[in-house]
Amino acid sequence: MSSSDYDPACLPDLLPLYYRRLFPFFQYYRWLNYGGVQKNYFQNREFSFTLKDDIYVRYQSFSTQNELEKEMQKMNPYKIDIGAIYSHRPNQHNTVKSGTFQALEKELVFDIDMTDYDDVRSCCSAADICSKCWTLMTIAIRVLDRALRDDFGFQHLLWVYSGRRGVHCWVCDEAARKLSVAARSAVAEYLSLVKGGEETVKKVVLTEPIHPFISASLSEVERYFKQYALKGQDILGRKESVNKVLALVPEDVRNELQIDFKNEKNPEKRWDLISGYAETKQHTAKKNQHFEKEIMLQYCYPRLDINVSKGVNHLLKSPFSVHPKTGRISVPMDVKELDTFDPFAVPTISLICEELDQPRTGEVGEKSEDIKENEKDAAEKRRMRDYKRTSLAKYVKYFDQFLDQMASSWKGELLRKSGML
Amino acid sequence: MQFSRRRKNHVANPQMELYGHALQFYGKPPLENISLTEFETFAVDRLKLLKIVESLGVSHVKLSEPYKHKLEYESKVLNLSHRLSTVRADEYEKRRKDHISHFILRLAYCQTEDLRRWFIQQEVDLFRYRFNDLYPEEKLEFLHINNLQYDRISAEEKENLKSELVNSSAVISGVVVEDQDFYKVPFQDALDLVRTRKVYLKAGYVYIPHQDIVAIVLNDFRTRLSKALALTARSLPAVHSDERLQPLLNHLSHAYVGQDYSNQKNVGKISLEHIDSLSGKSFPLCMRQLHQALRENHHLRHGGRMQYGLFLKGIGLSLEQALQFWRSEFIRGKVDADKFDKAYAYGIRHMFGKEGKRADYTPYSCMKVILSNPPSQGDHHGCPFRHSDPELLKQKLQFYKVSPSGVSQIMELVKGMHYQLACQKYFELTHNIDDTSFSLNHPNQYFVESQKVLSGGKDIKREKDPQSSQETAAARRSTPAQTTEPGTSQELTETTADLTPFFNDA
Ligand code: SF4
Ligand SMILES: [Zn+2]
Repeated sequence: MSSSDYDPACLPDLLPLYYRRLFPFFQYYRWLNYGGVQKNYFQNREFSFTLKDDIYVRYQSFSTQNELEKEMQKMNPYKIDIGAIYSHRPNQHNTVKSGTFQALEKELVFDIDMTDYDDVRSCCSAADICSKCWTLMTIAIRVLDRALRDDFGFQHLLWVYSGRRGVHCWVCDEAARKLSVAARSAVAEYLSLVKGGEETVKKVVLTEPIHPFISASLSEVERYFKQYALKGQDILGRKESVNKVLALVPEDVRNELQIDFKNEKNPEKRWDLISGYAETKQHTAKKNQHFEKEIMLQYCYPRLDINVSKGVNHLLKSPFSVHPKTGRISVPMDVKELDTFDPFAVPTISLICEELDQPRTGEVGEKSEDIKENEKDAAEKRRMRDYKRTSLAKYVKYFDQFLDQMASSWKGELLRKSGML
Repeated sequence: MQFSRRRKNHVANPQMELYGHALQFYGKPPLENISLTEFETFAVDRLKLLKIVESLGVSHVKLSEPYKHKLEYESKVLNLSHRLSTVRADEYEKRRKDHISHFILRLAYCQTEDLRRWFIQQEVDLFRYRFNDLYPEEKLEFLHINNLQYDRISAEEKENLKSELVNSSAVISGVVVEDQDFYKVPFQDALDLVRTRKVYLKAGYVYIPHQDIVAIVLNDFRTRLSKALALTARSLPAVHSDERLQPLLNHLSHAYVGQDYSNQKNVGKISLEHIDSLSGKSFPLCMRQLHQALRENHHLRHGGRMQYGLFLKGIGLSLEQALQFWRSEFIRGKVDADKFDKAYAYGIRHMFGKEGKRADYTPYSCMKVILSNPPSQGDHHGCPFRHSDPELLKQKLQFYKVSPSGVSQIMELVKGMHYQLACQKYFELTHNIDDTSFSLNHPNQYFVESQKVLSGGKDIKREKDPQSSQETAAARRSTPAQTTEPGTSQELTETTADLTPFFNDA
């Protein structure tokens, strides 16, 4: 079950199997076709593939699900990225007059990567993650999911584990897909609280009044802060990390705290002291009064890569792509079960290929088909049964649910178009 | 060209229809033929105004008293003020100039994404200033004339959302909520308020108090303008084929950044071994910081590679040198030569215009460094005077042996948001000169000026120095008023231009 079973050297052998028998093409196409509401929506979508030896091919596009399948099975991409819906078929972009080939629409996307938190986690760094720092991703999803729904009114949010050290969000509502670059960047900036690069110590600065969005985000963060930051990362334990926290409070408070901390070693009590000072300050000072909130946000608030969200033509790794380093499948995440999501339990390509080889154990739930089916349907059905025998099943099932919900939104649209409403 | 004349006959009094308000949405293109001389002065004056808008926006808080005061003064000088003139006829002339000049610059600035962005930004800022300056009844009148109507929320809804509304804005108190109308609009229509979180947002709608209505109007203005520019860009082939207008328009559009430092005069004059010492002596802080980060981490993220890479190109590194420079540093880190060639070499060749669109990328100006793409986690780019914590900046200056009084002078400027002046002060202090003869607006300019001082202070202020005469030539080039030779302007007065065809489909 562990990912150590996965050996990157085997990838060339596993990928053909994965694309032939396991990749959920049916759902995948159903997603990107968006009910066929808009003409050529799937056909004008850019895909890009990373092939063996880091060969990167952009501007792939396909006219049907079948063609997509055929090509993927032929090319066996190590990685799949999804781009925008263009004005023309991307694979013909060279034949259209320059300037007229334009990215028109795309899901609003977010990319949260654990490496952006290196200054506030002590358990791992760079590409490594562990169950401790994974909490940061949980918080990120909670905060953003709430804001995108409640504040922006979006409904169809697909959260996806990237396969290694982060998560992606695909906002699939029609309104989101149609957002301009300016609107995307405004949304991303509204959602960004942690600002500044390596030359900035204090990355969160709050001013009066606290915007309802920030209050709501804070209550999400508060649910995890003690467990994650005080216990897990022990930010008020070791001297070095204590100093980092103290650098974020006003000087007078810092001096007092330094004295207090000499006698108080318990991290939670230390935090109470900080909160206590913040409480008193709140009634006196005008500036810098929210430092305990600022600390919580600096340590836990989601860090977005704004550039990914801004661009309509920016590519993002596709769901169900395989992460070449870890072998894990990029799977959709059910936000309802977020707190129990374990990135290390996400199946690797080796695992699911292995599961495929296991003898069938009394296949259930498959009614015998009495309708005549053509060959393509048969292949489809076979693949449906195939993934159901692997650990991929539950993720595809969740994806199905997500698609069903979305489908209900475009049913009305289709009826309206056909003049029946 | 007939088009305009036909239209003119249909409108009884085009003057009234076009210029009914001191402020315009610039919905309709000018319908008259104008002389090329007028064409040129109008365009140049508006460009001057937009450049003033830009620089005031950097040196001052927008809409602060000094900002408004200076902008009003400059607008008056250029006869582009929106405030009523005392003489009725002057007022018409002024509105006409405002109208026509705007449309000429559209032609010059629709050509590339960068130009469009710059133009829209300045026009929007100008509009914001003007709109804010109107009296309340003039604002209403403007909304009315332009058919701008927005949904008002009920008293009940307002009461229910009271605390959210109060907490969403620094200027709204409970009393204000009761007094004012609130409008509910899709968030896409008030992006500036969304971006800065100055408004309450629920289920995709923002709730805007009447006093902030300018935000929606501005958004409307911005959207219309950007659509219009896209359309105008399509008629560009027609402009390009007009050999009288084309050179003029090109001059205009090149003027906005000053000298661009992209033409490589000094290629090969710098050797790679000297970069370390040059970075200490002649690089502005932004580049010194990037250089140091690169040496320490053997890596820079995209923003840093662009800012620093283009700067290095500007000071004279050849493509080969640049590739060698980046490769040798990156392979000391986590990137091996093979990966470098695959993942990064492309980007560097791109900067030199050898890949992709083959656009010759221009080194970033201070304005660009300061205003666009702020650094985030893991980044070292940006302007230290703008993007560093003041405390860190101070330490750094001390570490670089700036005297305590120098440090406090610089920090004062930073506090007033005069980043480029702060940088210039740093230049003076580290080069031991009292008063620089240039005004800093480009990191590459910093480098050139520094080299000048270091290679023999005597030549600093003299025009005779070949390099500084090159400078002035460039400066002259960047002032469009002086671009056309006297002879040509003579001829220009004879001919007239009809702008309408270029805006037909707008
Ligand atoms: S003012 Fe310009 S040259 Fe100076 S540090 Fe900032 S960006 Fe660089
Ligand atoms: Zn960890």
